[in-house]
Amino acid sequence: MLKVSIYRYNPETDKAPHMQDYELDTQGKDLMVLDVLELLKAEDPSLSFRRSCREGVCGSDGMNISGRNGLACTTPISEAAPKGKLVLRPLPGLPVIRDLVVDMEQFYEQYKKIEPFLQNDTPAPAIERLQSPEEREKLDGLYECILCACCSTACPSFWWNPDKFIGPAGLLQAYRFLADSRDLATDERLSNLDDPFSVFRCHGIQNCVNVCPKGLNPTRAIGHIRNMLLARAV
Amino acid sequence: MGMVTTITSFGRSGTFDWLYQRVSAVILAAYTFFIVGFIFLSDDFSYQTWSALFEQRWMRVFTLVALLATVAHAWIGLWSVLTDYITNRMMGPKAAAIRIVIEVLLAAVAVFYTVWGIEILWGV
Repeated sequence: MLKVSIYRYNPETDKAPHMQDYELDTQGKDLMVLDVLELLKAEDPSLSFRRSCREGVCGSDGMNISGRNGLACTTPISEAAPKGKLVLRPLPGLPVIRDLVVDMEQFYEQYKKIEPFLQNDTPAPAIERLQSPEEREKLDGLYECILCACCSTACPSFWWNPDKFIGPAGLLQAYRFLADSRDLATDERLSNLDDPFSVFRCHGIQNCVNVCPKGLNPTRAIGHIRNMLLARAV
Repeated sequence: MGMVTTITSFGRSGTFDWLYQRVSAVILAAYTFFIVGFIFLSDDFSYQTWSALFEQRWMRVFTLVALLATVAHAWIGLWSVLTDYITNRMMGPKAAAIRIVIEVLLAAVAVFYTVWGIEILWGV
């Protein structure tokens, strides 16, 4: 039997959040955490969580799994509960709407700030704006982000200043456009990141790198942004 | 854009704060190694060697630079700590008042040590 402890909070009826214990017969299978949640929800329909693609592409089911942020759909219980006890909490730092469902507003506000779209006001060519293979290669490790928020909600600087620090997810995307040969707004983008909070609250502790379910490295991208800021400042 | 641009940090920008923090750290490391090295590598470490060292103008300048680096380093570092933990999000509007009081105290300590340091360095 797998023991599962889940953070429960219904703001309409509960004064405070509490942990609720469940037991599940996994029949010896190495289920994914999302499978566990689905099986428990079949017994207890009040249990709330987000999910969609169930294969690590949509980024909906980011949560804190036995103390570590990750996607429920791609985390097997053999990894998350090696001793037979699984603890599920919402992503840390964001307001809880209900159970494992968090309010992502602050996360998206930071994403919005970095203007996550290609900016190029030169006349559009008849065909696509072309890149050399080398230019395209610079976007590898950046474009794959699924915005699950596992990284930003693992970051203490984002916990303390979610309204001022862009956070690892937003900064990875900021660099994705700074590194894009077709984007011409590099200087404006850098000017918007030059304050003491947006980029520089990153102290390089690499919690983001540690938890990213896609194996991306926001700390490295932040280092590139910092070097670009330094190069134009000194 | 809702970026934070009107913040009283030490330098003109987060970039310069970052740079000052690194440069001051290198200066302080160099000064520390020098002083420790001087103490342990002197054949005859006495009041005379110590005061002879500080009679040299370059040593006074080096020490003053290290003192100013300490002030800059402490200010940037502690300002970061204050704006992480003593914030409106954590404790409401009184956070700004608490931060101002602490910042004024820090500034007073910084000025006091700087002036005192100059007096000591050029007073012996």
